[in-house]
Amino acid sequence: MSDQLSRVFAALADPTRRDIVVRLTEADHTVNDLAAPYGVSLQAVSKHLKVLQEAGLVSRSRDAQRRPVHLEAEVFDLMTKWIERHRRQAEERFSRLDDVLARMQDGDSDDTKLQTQEGTAP
Amino acid sequence: MTTIQNPQTRYPEAAILADERVPAIHIWRDFDATPEQLIRAHTDPLLFVQWIGPDSLTTRIDHWDCRTLGSYRYVASRDGEEYAFRGTFPEVSDTRLVQTFTWEGMPDAVALETMTFKELGEGRTRLHGFSLCDSFEGRDQMLSSGMEVGIHDGYAKLDRLLTGGSL
Repeated sequence: MSDQLSRVFAALADPTRRDIVVRLTEADHTVNDLAAPYGVSLQAVSKHLKVLQEAGLVSRSRDAQRRPVHLEAEVFDLMTKWIERHRRQAEERFSRLDDVLARMQDGDSDDTKLQTQEGTAP
Repeated sequence: MTTIQNPQTRYPEAAILADERVPAIHIWRDFDATPEQLIRAHTDPLLFVQWIGPDSLTTRIDHWDCRTLGSYRYVASRDGEEYAFRGTFPEVSDTRLVQTFTWEGMPDAVALETMTFKELGEGRTRLHGFSLCDSFEGRDQMLSSGMEVGIHDGYAKLDRLLTGGSL
């Protein structure tokens, strides 16, 4: 299962599947509902749903007769958490870099000041 | 990616994008400095160790030859635990720094990092980092590294979601 997250990214690489996911954030839908706006066959939409299902992004209830498609928001949370944590680590690193750059600028101006002082010393 | 490339966008804080098509991570950040100063902070080992961090680790440069076709190795340590990183520099220029990056704990995973420094005017410079990993798994590993819930716990959780749900 080590390529699970890769499947998530691959599943979301397709614009139709992204659109399906967006619509599922509002409510569960049946396959018929989902297929309606695209002007493609039910079979084509089912294929997209299969990819999303294999990535763990959506599920379909077994018991209900209409078998509505449901978005597994938890999978998104996990990805978002990873990316946000990575971003925060990068930001901490860049804040330290900010400090180093500020010290470099102080250092530069100190050098200038020193030279000026030396230049004007009696 | 097209939306985040808007020329009006400013990055006072780091912005990150995991590429959907290739196993890569983009990162953007604006600095109050010239491209030349940013390059110096990346290439001068005495400056580099001051910010590469993290704070909880002490970084020591083992080898540093930061010029085109040069190489590097540095070691981050804490309480006797050591994490070594190494790579080569395919290109070091006035506006671009290209390096390979490997954590020696996973020596087979070699990433290619390209950092571009673009002058924005008024003494500001934008850093764009592009880290290309050799697999999506390696990229995800990089994204989740240092997490309390690391990639393995994460996948275990996904496993449970997949097997426990109605999939």
